[in-house]
Amino acid sequence: MNHLEKLKRGLSTVLSALISVAIGLAFGFIILFLLSLSTYASAGEPFTLKQVFDTAYNEGFLRLMKGCFYMVRRGLKTEISQAAPLIMTGLSVAFAFKTGLFNIGAAGQYTLGAFGALYCAIVLKLPWYLCLLASVLFGAVWGAIPGFFKAYFKINEVITSIMFNWIGLYAVNTLIYGGGTGAMYCAKTTKTWVIGSGVYEGTTIPNISVFLSEKPQGLGLYLKDTSIAIFFAIIIAIILYIIINKTTFGYEIRACGHSQTAAKYAGISEKRNIILSMAIAGGLAGFGAGLYYLSGVAEWQPLVSTSLPGFGFDGISVALLASSNPIGVIFSALFIAHIDVGGGYMNASFFPREIADIVSGIIIYLCAFMLLFKTAISKGISRVFGAKKELEGGK
Amino acid sequence: MSEYIIEMRNITKVFPGIKANDNITLQLKKGEIHALLGENGAGKSTLMSVLFGLYQPDEGKIFKDGKEVKINNPNDANALKIGMVHQHFKLVEVFTVLENIILGAEDTNMGLLEKNRARKKVLMLSQKYGLNVNPNALVEDISVGMQQRVEILKMLYRNNDILIFDEPTAVLTPQEIDDLMEIMRGFAREGKSILFITHKLNEIMAVADRCTVLRKGKYMGTVDIKDVTKEDLSQMMVGRQVSFTVDKMDIQTGKTVLEVKNLTVPSKLHKNNAVKNVSFTVREGEIVCIAGIEGNGQTEFVQALTGLEKIKSGSIKLYGKELTKLSIRQRAKSGMAHIPEDRHKHGLVLDYTLEQNLVLQRYWTNEFKKAGFIRSKAIRKHAVRLIEQFDIRSGQGPITISRSMSGGNQQKAIVGREIDRSEPLVVAVQPTRGLDVGAIEFIHQELVKTRDSGKAVLLVSLELDEVMNLSDRILVMYEGKIVGEFDPKKTTVQELGLYMAGGKRTNEQTNEQTKASLAK
Ligand SMILES: Nc1ncnc2c1ncn2[C@@H]1O[C@H](COP(=O)(O)OP(=O)(O)OP(=O)(O)O)[C@@H](O)[C@H]1O
Ligand SMILES: [Mg+2]
Repeated sequence: MNHLEKLKRGLSTVLSALISVAIGLAFGFIILFLLSLSTYASAGEPFTLKQVFDTAYNEGFLRLMKGCFYMVRRGLKTEISQAAPLIMTGLSVAFAFKTGLFNIGAAGQYTLGAFGALYCAIVLKLPWYLCLLASVLFGAVWGAIPGFFKAYFKINEVITSIMFNWIGLYAVNTLIYGGGTGAMYCAKTTKTWVIGSGVYEGTTIPNISVFLSEKPQGLGLYLKDTSIAIFFAIIIAIILYIIINKTTFGYEIRACGHSQTAAKYAGISEKRNIILSMAIAGGLAGFGAGLYYLSGVAEWQPLVSTSLPGFGFDGISVALLASSNPIGVIFSALFIAHIDVGGGYMNASFFPREIADIVSGIIIYLCAFMLLFKTAISKGISRVFGAKKELEGGK
Repeated sequence: MSEYIIEMRNITKVFPGIKANDNITLQLKKGEIHALLGENGAGKSTLMSVLFGLYQPDEGKIFKDGKEVKINNPNDANALKIGMVHQHFKLVEVFTVLENIILGAEDTNMGLLEKNRARKKVLMLSQKYGLNVNPNALVEDISVGMQQRVEILKMLYRNNDILIFDEPTAVLTPQEIDDLMEIMRGFAREGKSILFITHKLNEIMAVADRCTVLRKGKYMGTVDIKDVTKEDLSQMMVGRQVSFTVDKMDIQTGKTVLEVKNLTVPSKLHKNNAVKNVSFTVREGEIVCIAGIEGNGQTEFVQALTGLEKIKSGSIKLYGKELTKLSIRQRAKSGMAHIPEDRHKHGLVLDYTLEQNLVLQRYWTNEFKKAGFIRSKAIRKHAVRLIEQFDIRSGQGPITISRSMSGGNQQKAIVGREIDRSEPLVVAVQPTRGLDVGAIEFIHQELVKTRDSGKAVLLVSLELDEVMNLSDRILVMYEGKIVGEFDPKKTTVQELGLYMAGGKRTNEQTNEQTKASLAK
């Protein structure tokens, strides 16, 4: 019965996430269809509904769904490189949720993490693993500050996190730009220096090719220049799962998340827990930025980065979709990265790539209803397995 | 017109692992007080929740005035004039008393809250029925007793005719209970019909017309109270004779375990101190009881003692070690177990499983922790043992989510957990609140055993029977002060009652009291 109950809880969570995804995609298709229709209509030439449908399906929906596999040679690398930071920001938000905190500040912590990593790589020319460590530390500090305010002054972490998002973003931009002469800033490209070669040897995370034979085949061929960041992210997710569920520290933070008063009664230090879990959440987000920028797939652009990095906010969707389960985060991050890459492959004359964001937006919206789906599903499962049978099994 | 205002026929309700209600029939006559009796976990709250629309029965039908009705949610119940005071109150902590009462039945004028009219109605009702509340206080700041009066006012505010009381007296003082009984009789005279759950047989004998008895989810029968005795009822409920007194040998007391000196604790409700200059000691092999009417500083005192709240001044020593500067955890480690007053707020993490809750005060010891990891096997073993020893009943044993357990069984889990820690001092606040007579008998025996093994027990109880039965010494607390110390063998319930009500005071106190009232 123990197992049946566990299975039921697990299955209903996964199924309800899948239902959210399915409904999100269905909405996405409807929007694609309407966009396709309006483009045809405004072209002024005669057209059939079948044409509209086919365009929406073949040049929009199918490519969205195919994600990186539409152009696997370049796509796979992009998708995997994006999934790694997404997993990390997802874990950041999920971990804070478990302690009853809403870490809307993952974006800011991510920004600081990026700064830490790039500073160590470009200015200090440290090896990549030390740069990664720096990204964790920078993110952790940025997370701990709202935690501190919450613990000692009871200021809601949502408010401080949002403020720290913007403070972080502009501070980092200013520091990097340095009036156009910043040490990390390349005036020609208006980005930070490209790391990974020349004087920056050893500052990037190694590529998957270190695991592969000389002449890789198939998937290996497409993945050989992708950094091993994704493995770090997956390993961290697994470690986090174990920490939350199998350690006394996890027991404490979950107790705080469920009931602060009972946790207090049990002698769990609420203040310590809040600061610590915000610091950990910040460190996770910062690490995500380290994984991304040290993979050498992108540079920071201090002049154009006037909105918060998307990975930070997407972390919220990733965590919600995964019901804050760290293992689930791996899959939901892969999914979000998948449709995001797919969004870029849609026929741009019909469909803006933001469709992918709309789909994930709808999915997040539906996540709020997940509890509803869950109860319905677990009722359904009970009916299938038979509550009566269960009774005979138990005592 | 049917003889019964409410009829629940052949109700069955299944939860994972347990048939909480198994073919139960309940018939409520108009204008009667109908008691519902059964052991902890017998299914009383479940049956009432079905009537109130919180649960849908798997089988069975409900009739009102002979007509079948479907009650899909509490709004339906409200429309049928059914109201319920829950075993665990369902109030919004950060709302005021008034806001809670009108919530869901707000009087509005062009979309704006008519708070003044509502306030008048509430004050009128509260005066008429003697339900004293402060409409402006926040619910999180008021005592459980007042919270309950708020719940009753909620029903009256909605003009309900069928009133369900799920263990209303568990949290009340003897005086308040008498008042409530009178209020219920008044309701019945007005033609309201009452369903009344209680574990206290005296109360059933005093007010109920009839009583339906459940055992392990099954219907055992309905009896007319005038035809039965207390003993008959307990026999019907648990299937054996229950002794209502505790056997206790005299034993020699040992060293001083707890020494409280000049302890003063601020109040959250008013500017005065909640606990004023309290001093006493508890020795090994002694059950010392703090008796008093609820709201006289006992809650604040215990919270200060256990570290949940800060003190103003004074000292607390455990075996000579000063505790006032120590954290909750350090106090617990120094040898203090604590059965808290509020099982939902402090006693349990409701969303944790039973086994996780059973180590809430011990998960950090080496028994359950190894290199930072939880030893799940040890936790399971511990849970299985306590469940067996304290007869904690639930649908799925160790992995039951604590929230789904019956109130009495939640209480048994907490009491079992704390007694089992075998610390030199057990601070027990209302340890038997909400337990059935059989379980009370057992917990009392356990507390006496604790004392006999040379430990100290500090009992805080509103229940005078319990106080008289269990304690070796009684301290009466009134308005934050200890106003008298008694030997239970040499005092009477009446004398205690007098002190508890502040009838006997020293001159100094009287003066202060007069000054305070003049100042108002
Ligand atoms: N929501 C729920 N989910 C699962 N099991 C439940 C739920 N509610 C009650 N139960 C189970 O049903 C049984 C009956 O519970 P109920 O609360 O009705 O008991 P009770 O007679 O009110 O006991 P008490 O005197 O302790 O309050 C218990 O074993 C409890 O564990
Ligand atoms: Mg109950």
